[in-house]
Amino acid sequence: MSKNVTNVCIMIILPVVFINIWFYLAKSINNTVILPSPAMVLQLLSHPSENLISMGSLTNNIFVSLLRVLAGYLLAVILAIPLGILMGYYAKMFILFNTFVGIFRPIPPLAWVPLVLAWFGISSFATFTGVERGILFIYLNNLKFSMVFIIFIGAFYPVLTSAIYGVKNVKKTLIDSARVLGASESDIFFKILIPAAEPSIVNGMRIGLGVAWMCLVSAEMLPGSLSGIGYLITHAYTIARTDVVIAGMICIGVVGALMDMFFRIFEDKKFKWQRLIR
Amino acid sequence: MITDTIIKINQLNKTYHTELGKQIKAIENFNLDININNFICIVGPSGCGKSTLLRIIAGLDSASSGLVSFQGQAISKPSRDIGMVFQEYSLLPWRTVIDNVSLGLEFNRLAKQERLEVAGSFLKMVGLEDYAKAYPYELSGGMQQRVAIARALANNPQVLLMDEPFGALDAHTRILMQKELLSIWEKNMKTIVFVTHSVDEAIYLADTIIVMSSHPGGVKEVINVNMSRPRDRANPIYAQLASQILLMLEEEVTKVK
Ligand SMILES: Nc1ncnc2c1ncn2[C@@H]1O[C@H](COP(=O)(O)OP(=O)(O)OP(=O)(O)O)[C@@H](O)[C@H]1O
Ligand SMILES: [Mg+2]
Repeated sequence: MSKNVTNVCIMIILPVVFINIWFYLAKSINNTVILPSPAMVLQLLSHPSENLISMGSLTNNIFVSLLRVLAGYLLAVILAIPLGILMGYYAKMFILFNTFVGIFRPIPPLAWVPLVLAWFGISSFATFTGVERGILFIYLNNLKFSMVFIIFIGAFYPVLTSAIYGVKNVKKTLIDSARVLGASESDIFFKILIPAAEPSIVNGMRIGLGVAWMCLVSAEMLPGSLSGIGYLITHAYTIARTDVVIAGMICIGVVGALMDMFFRIFEDKKFKWQRLIR
Repeated sequence: MITDTIIKINQLNKTYHTELGKQIKAIENFNLDININNFICIVGPSGCGKSTLLRIIAGLDSASSGLVSFQGQAISKPSRDIGMVFQEYSLLPWRTVIDNVSLGLEFNRLAKQERLEVAGSFLKMVGLEDYAKAYPYELSGGMQQRVAIARALANNPQVLLMDEPFGALDAHTRILMQKELLSIWEKNMKTIVFVTHSVDEAIYLADTIIVMSSHPGGVKEVINVNMSRPRDRANPIYAQLASQILLMLEEEVTKVK
């Protein structure tokens, strides 16, 4: 109990120092465009459903952003996990894909923007599905292909790499012992390889989600975007509302940290065996 | 008793090619017929190819040349008929003990209820019924090895290959496990090929002891143990046999240097 109290005290030292310095600086600069005071930002954050600079509320924009990230991220996960497992297990698959995939790896997601715009322009999932009105249209139209693609690229590689190495590092004796017990090839995949590689794969998924979330602002700066927390930030900048910029940044940070935390709690619970293994 | 050959090893050679381009002759011209329901023990110096031999019989590795057959069929891949207990720990760390023991039954698509019953009875046999819901990391090395033995037996193979299964056990548990294994073998009448470093263990267990030569591994000597079971370690034949085998092993170990 007292240990927990001490830990909480230690944990809040730096944030408190930081906010104090911010307070002091904001006061001495005395220009809300350069640095608004923490109080102003807190005022915005404490009314998250209020309409800001006629662009909708913080919560609304976060929700739209989350939808985009999830779409790109899910696509990445659905492709990267099976591919990574196959590449990790079959040497021939590894040779087939590794160089090809490796060439695209160093290209930053942002470098894809011109090409992606040339391909997809401002077409969205609404264009694709043919929905033209209603609430569904609003959501689908917010899912621009180009944004989803940028986020997809960001999330794809961490997930792929961790799936490959998770499978490659499975102890050979585990596979052999399953074989002599009469395991079929699909048994090997579903009952040995995947559970054994799962901690590594989930770890990659956590990192991938973090990267996807970080790609958000760049994706939402693309043409055709009229909403989302990233767009809110860039738009607020053009009209000199630095307080909105900072509030948006804090939201991005908090949401990202929360997603990471949920993953970690899940990992801790589910993969206890991995920490305790000798 | 009719003695039928269940496993036939004919002019087996195994050469490993290392990544540096070197060739290691692990096994050379190995010949052996294993009769059904026999208890075979293999002894030999470290690195003489015992694990390699078992892996080839299990269908996990392929021979460089020569023929290994099971009931007249060449062995090309692992099958449920030939079970194996590995030298290293091989339990799935994310499964409980009982779920590890029922692994082979699961691969064989047995109904869950039946799986649990069979696995439970084998777990009881190795004296670990209280640990059914535990995870492997909660068990000592020796206990894990007993679970691995239960897992192999639960699958009811015709031939059981065991690679130094009792190496990690203390002397007392080891002797208990030897007795237990013999009684299982007598009840189920399986063919067992058992690798060990312990000459005492080999004499206590085996119908036939194979002494392997080293570098490359081959059959140095085949010794039939003609003592009735349970064997008495105080029997003079026991001691005489032990010193005879130790002498052979010493020859092989010094040969290397
Ligand atoms: N995958 C491999 N690649 C190259 N050489 C190998 C490989 N596996 C085994 N060897 C070599 O083959 C020989 C026999 O190895 P093996 O593991 O069969 O010995 P062993 O008799 O089981 O030894 P121990 O009693 O120490 O377990 C050794 O010289 C070893 O270095
Ligand atoms: Mg060995």
